Amino acid sequence: MTTLGATAIRAARRFASSLPALFGVLIFTFLLMRVLPGDPAVFFASGPNSGKEEIETIRKQMGLDKPVPQQLFLYLYDVGRGNLGRSLMTGQNVTKDLRERLPASLELTFSALLIALVLAIPLGVLAALKPGSLVDHGVRLFCALGVCVPTFVSGLLLIYIFYYLFGVSPDPTGRVDIFTTLPPAHTGFLLIDFALAGDFDGWWAAFKQLILPACTMALFVIAPLARITRASMLASLGSDFVRTARSVGLSWWRIIVTYALRNAILPVITIAGIVFSTMLGANVLVEKVFSWPGVASYALDALLSSDYAPVQGFVLLMASVFVIVNLVVDVLYGIADPRISIG
Amino acid sequence: MTTPKPLLDIENLQVTFSTRRGPVEAVRGISLSLAEGETLGIVGESGSGKSVTGFAMTRLLDASGKISGGRISFRDRDITKMTSASLREMHGSAMAMIFQNPRGALNPIRAIGQQIADAILAHRKISASEARAESLELLRAVKIRDPEKRMNAYPHELSGGMCQRVMIAMAISSNPALLIADEPTTGLDVTTQKVVMDLLASIAAERGMATILITHDLGLAARYCRRVVVMEQGRLVEEADALTLFRSPQHPYTKRLVAASPTATSRVEDLVTDDEKLLVPAVPLAPPPKPAHGTPPLLEVLDLVKRFDDGTVGVENFSMAIAPGESVGLVGESGSGKSTTSRMICRLLDQTEGVINFNGQSISHIPAREFHQAPQRREIQIVFQDPNDSLNPRFNAFDCIAHPLIRLLGMRNGAALRRRVGECAHRVGLPANLLERFPHQLSGGQKARIGIARAIACRPKLLVLDEPTAALDVSVQAVVLQLLDRLRREDNLAFLFVSHDLNVVRMMCQRTIVLRNGAIVEEGESHQLFDSPKTDYTRELVDAVPHIEMIAAEKMAAGA
Repeated sequence: MTTLGATAIRAARRFASSLPALFGVLIFTFLLMRVLPGDPAVFFASGPNSGKEEIETIRKQMGLDKPVPQQLFLYLYDVGRGNLGRSLMTGQNVTKDLRERLPASLELTFSALLIALVLAIPLGVLAALKPGSLVDHGVRLFCALGVCVPTFVSGLLLIYIFYYLFGVSPDPTGRVDIFTTLPPAHTGFLLIDFALAGDFDGWWAAFKQLILPACTMALFVIAPLARITRASMLASLGSDFVRTARSVGLSWWRIIVTYALRNAILPVITIAGIVFSTMLGANVLVEKVFSWPGVASYALDALLSSDYAPVQGFVLLMASVFVIVNLVVDVLYGIADPRISIG
Repeated sequence: MTTPKPLLDIENLQVTFSTRRGPVEAVRGISLSLAEGETLGIVGESGSGKSVTGFAMTRLLDASGKISGGRISFRDRDITKMTSASLREMHGSAMAMIFQNPRGALNPIRAIGQQIADAILAHRKISASEARAESLELLRAVKIRDPEKRMNAYPHELSGGMCQRVMIAMAISSNPALLIADEPTTGLDVTTQKVVMDLLASIAAERGMATILITHDLGLAARYCRRVVVMEQGRLVEEADALTLFRSPQHPYTKRLVAASPTATSRVEDLVTDDEKLLVPAVPLAPPPKPAHGTPPLLEVLDLVKRFDDGTVGVENFSMAIAPGESVGLVGESGSGKSTTSRMICRLLDQTEGVINFNGQSISHIPAREFHQAPQRREIQIVFQDPNDSLNPRFNAFDCIAHPLIRLLGMRNGAALRRRVGECAHRVGLPANLLERFPHQLSGGQKARIGIARAIACRPKLLVLDEPTAALDVSVQAVVLQLLDRLRREDNLAFLFVSHDLNVVRMMCQRTIVLRNGAIVEEGESHQLFDSPKTDYTRELVDAVPHIEMIAAEKMAAGA
């Protein structure tokens, strides 16, 4: 169909136009790491008393003795071949580290976004249906609390309640407890992999591990999503076409959902995209609190130990995710709004 | 003939809106009744409560509006006491509404066929494919070309007139007994307006629907309604047979309204009755000075062409001349290129080809973005269409008028500037105490005056007026038109008057140019051009404007 073709062309064009930005991110991060204080060679030498020669040797091994432009050139060459360098911390390839940890972060973020959307959209709609009512104020209060309470506080609070007081959730240490046999990794998403393997006990265990951190993250982003839903739903409900729908006697459900909400959802898609990208990078606190083996906590550790390669790799990964998410949002928008595919 | 029970009977209806500044009474006790199949016009200016009355009848008022008193009975059921369930049942099947701004009234992200089917399915239990087949029939009934193809079109892919037809199709989908049309053709071209109104009238007659036409246009109401009521400030001031109302209005407000509505024969000086005359005494009207032979034209346009980047031609081979003090009208439907032409002439837009000479000097070689530095900028000034959007909301009236004086004449803040601004304000009849106010604190007519004062501040020789009164009520329009005409005579200003309102152009302009698809169709002396048009297109335009003799003749024919 032509709309599909047009959407594909638009997506491809959008992707191509974001490549220079990715390249800029690459160079910027590289330079930023060089500017930051801290010498990785010193850090990774055997101890604080190690001799000058030893540090020099490490520096030479890492290629840090070369002039910065040459380092940059070598780095770009490696990235071009898909090699993001080696992490000094884990001793592994950064690509491999990230590939191991990204699914954990993605699974957490996706679940959190799903929970947030499932809660935020109905809340926003409810608030918009009766502006100024008790429901509206209640939603506002809930959203304000969600934003005000830092994620590590709400995370710890949830752990305190559900793990310590009630004991319904497992100890907050990672994705599954260590005695569970992992399913064969197809997607890296444990919930999906367990389901594929038909291991529903494992699925349940993974789900219980996931639900608390996901809720913690969701709490934080419900506010923007619910607020934007409310605002755009209000505009939509006050619009002429909803009045038309009422004037021909459409049913309540049809007016609210088919006419008002479908139009109101457009800005929510945009915000959800932004929220997703932000969550993926910003969930380091949640990952730390729940000992979640994700990319954000990995990058933080690397940053604290002046480990260049993982940080650079992480920033590049985040930038790429951002580009992809924007692309997806764009495509979704094109599908949801027929006016976009024109022009 | 026995009087049957009225279909709709309104008794002492009152509607109140709760606003931040307390309750506002929008409708203050009106009573009227309507028989089955009757046509009624509700006429009034903005703020008269005519639309609110319409929305109250259908109970589609905004949440802030409440029916605070009175009774509306429709087929002996009191609408004001209906539950929302029975209201939903009634909407569409018993009474339906057609709105102003048809494109906004349709769901932008739903195919139109689907929307009509939604309306059908709301009242009948039939399958989706049957509903779809019926929507197709309805699209045919409202005379949409290629209905099969249009079924899947979205509102943004259709013209305003097409959208209004779709709206009509939706409204009649469940055969309501009453159709309320709220300014159904405002914002549409004259010819489209006629086509849509004719369609609406024939459908209503065919199906025996009663119609209420809510409009600000007396001519429109007179043409399409048997009976007309006039509303002012939430009250009914007069109710009469359409022709009687037009010919011998009784209430002073109706008299003013009739006088202010430009007709084919009215003159600018007749538009306003005495009590609304300008603050400034009118100068005696001398006949416009005939330009002596051999004087060079003030503006000369030769073979003007505008092609847009996407290859569409906006204007093609447009040539014209305006003598000093002459007023030339530019008329045409939307998309005819009249705005494009006027923008090129006042150098807000670059032409693709062609020459524009002003006072014997070429101005077409100066790019639009640099024209503000050219000395001719102060000689060619513009009055814009929308008095709201064309004023800077952060500037008060004084700043608005002073702005061109500072930028173009290099005047400094001081007594001279204040005197000049005061002078301009006085000339357009703007009281000096309003100069401190910001646009949102002023009425539409006052804002229009500021726009004119700003345009004449630098003493231009040519004024380009782009639909200067399109957004104004008729009585305000009358005052503004009179003001413009007086200024033109006093200062020997030349006008390029762009408008879609033929009656206004006929009054205001000595010569008229008719544009269509970017090319000149016809031009000539205004009265002659409109009285005996040479081309079919011009005749079509002229015929589309309702006027009283024609209406009388039509009604006689229909009655006989």
